[in-house]
Amino acid sequence: MIQELKILFHQGKQYIPDVTTVEVPGIFRGRPVISTKPTDTVALCAICPTKAIQANPAVSIDMGRCLFCGECADLFPDKIRFSKDYKLASNSLEGLIVREGTDQPLFIDPAKIRGEITRLFNGSLKLRQVSAAGDNSCEWEMGAAGNVNFDMGRFGIEFVASPRHADGIVITGPISQNMAEPLQICYDATPSPKIIILAGVDAISGGIFEGSPALNRTFLNKYKIDLYIPGNPVHPLSFINGVLGLIRAGKKKQIRLV
Amino acid sequence: MMKSIEIKNNQPVVLDDIPALAYPDFLEYNLKLVTDPGSHCVNYFGQPVNGRIRLICCIASDTNGTIHVNTSMVDKSDKLPSLTRHHFSFHIFEREIHESFGLEFTDHPWLKPVRYPWYRTDQSQKIENYPFYHIESEELHEVGVGPIHAGIIEPGHFRFICNGEQILHLEIQLGFQHRGIEKLMVERKDLLSRTILAESIAGDTVVGHTSAFSNLWESLCGFIPSPDLIHARTLALEWERIAIHTGDLSAIATDIAYQLGSSVFGRLRTPIINAFQIWGGNRLAKGLIRPFRNRFPFSPNLRDTFNKILDAYYPDYTEMFDRMIDLPSILSRLEKTGVVTREQSLQTGTVGIAARSANLERDIRKSHPCLGYNDISHSPLLMPQGDVYARTRIRDSEIRQSIGYARTLMENMPRHSTGNQAIIQPASNSFIVSLVEGWRGEICHAAITDNDGELILYKIKDPSMHNWTALALAVRNNEISDFPICNKSFNLSYCGFDL
Ligand code: SF4
Repeated sequence: MIQELKILFHQGKQYIPDVTTVEVPGIFRGRPVISTKPTDTVALCAICPTKAIQANPAVSIDMGRCLFCGECADLFPDKIRFSKDYKLASNSLEGLIVREGTDQPLFIDPAKIRGEITRLFNGSLKLRQVSAAGDNSCEWEMGAAGNVNFDMGRFGIEFVASPRHADGIVITGPISQNMAEPLQICYDATPSPKIIILAGVDAISGGIFEGSPALNRTFLNKYKIDLYIPGNPVHPLSFINGVLGLIRAGKKKQIRLV
Repeated sequence: MMKSIEIKNNQPVVLDDIPALAYPDFLEYNLKLVTDPGSHCVNYFGQPVNGRIRLICCIASDTNGTIHVNTSMVDKSDKLPSLTRHHFSFHIFEREIHESFGLEFTDHPWLKPVRYPWYRTDQSQKIENYPFYHIESEELHEVGVGPIHAGIIEPGHFRFICNGEQILHLEIQLGFQHRGIEKLMVERKDLLSRTILAESIAGDTVVGHTSAFSNLWESLCGFIPSPDLIHARTLALEWERIAIHTGDLSAIATDIAYQLGSSVFGRLRTPIINAFQIWGGNRLAKGLIRPFRNRFPFSPNLRDTFNKILDAYYPDYTEMFDRMIDLPSILSRLEKTGVVTREQSLQTGTVGIAARSANLERDIRKSHPCLGYNDISHSPLLMPQGDVYARTRIRDSEIRQSIGYARTLMENMPRHSTGNQAIIQPASNSFIVSLVEGWRGEICHAAITDNDGELILYKIKDPSMHNWTALALAVRNNEISDFPICNKSFNLSYCGFDL
């Protein structure tokens, strides 16, 4: 027992006190910032493996397609840089598009949030995760969101074992043909209001797998998506802040920290 | 006549130089090769050629450091005797060939679907109708788990046949994660897309798979990587091993309800993966490994940061592990649970940590070294028991060994060079095999180019391809409640298998 207490003591404080303001160590490729400097837009757009960069004529980056590989910023550092802002979530696809000349934090539009979400879940949200051909990186990071460092549980947000216990589902991966039916069954088994969150570039747009005949993304055409959280994979801080934004956006009450 | 060509890891050969045998010869010769316990099949697959199928078999000799390659041209309508009949390690490869091209292996005992790829020959095979093995009996019952599991993990279906609490048989059905990566590798023509596809084969083995791809591509182009590039890749591979092994220990502790170990190993993993973030901007090292270039040079500043991370990690880690492995209540859950013998591992072609935990030395770092392993003179760590305990212990020893390697690598840092940027064309009409020892085990990528040096075939083998069978064998006669701990002790990849 003494031994155990010693081990406990040696861990010190491991949790991040404020997950809404903490800075990520080292390099982080978060929300892109695009300058208005003129550049060879044809060459710039050609770099991007998922056509996330558009120039018509103003340059924009669609974070729902971006792999956050950073290659565009490496080659066109005057035009594109990746900020350390990890609050990347939006509740509309349109909201994921970053345009040149703007350096504004993303926001979750309270008007577009279904009323019952803020009414019922702002203090507690149970989610069922469905990996639909995810590469196990987003799944990993979602697991990490609940560990002692990120401690998402302090906000009442938790992953549960059964869709029957869940208020919604979090989909990762580009949704393979082979997972289309299990995903549907899981969704059907979830009680209303059946929140749907897409986590990671693969879930949002198909990512690098877009266009593969192995995918079947028809599920996404059928339902309203409540939240999109970009990333490759989604960083635990992006996930926690995104979900908090969704369940608390309509509330005046400030997010209470620990 | 030569029955095979012996090549080294990452050594391209002209396709026509590979001996093409008649199928009976091909079968006999490859079977003869694998009877030596120092040899094993690293990959076996088919290539469509003008309506026929060229079978390509790659058998590694762990003692010589070479890979024997030979081929055999067959017709899709052929009915062939199987290699599996004589050596079980071929079973998954023959199943895959059957699924992709329709070839019949007449005496294959288990010619079932592998991953239901979109290009399968028999489109009437549906993932929802997998032909599970049944036993008719009043005493026995079946338990089905998945594809969606209780935790945050990837999908796969496990079908148990149990006698009360005891597992008699487990059948594992995979394919749910199939994204068509091998085809996309060929279709996408730009190097960046291919590299990112390699990064996405298995998100927990980003460094392993991307290194296998990068080594392969560079060798195919005749590119000699600079010392700093080799250094960075080797360090990243060992770092990935430390990170995932630590996380695995947390998962094992979780599954035996040892809360302290679960939390402590879980939090100890954080600074290790955050180090990847500091180095290259991504906790799972996406973006770090790139063919032809050392994208994020490992600077002296990084060295100091990484050393400090290890300084802080090591005492807390050893304190926790040494305590955990000293507790009788923990040992009673780990010991003699989920045993796979050396004999079974040999038969089924098990690789990596699972093999080494059953006293079977399979380690590409020693047998077919690439990158910095040529200088490390690695000695693989072995455990004799083959149970969950051994697979736990091996992770601990490897964490300590890898920390040693990382420290040494950081002491001897080559100077950063800038001469790495090169766009070179791959050799034409060539075949190449790239082997890397990832944290889980042996990763094998193989490629074929055409007349113009364009990629026409890309084959990926995650170690899980071999090892899922070992898991199914391990749980036999165990209580079904021990399945989770057995599963975690292997920690195999679904997406790496399904591709
Ligand atoms: S960082 Fe995003 S926008 Fe830039 S090249 Fe990569 S995927 Fe495209």
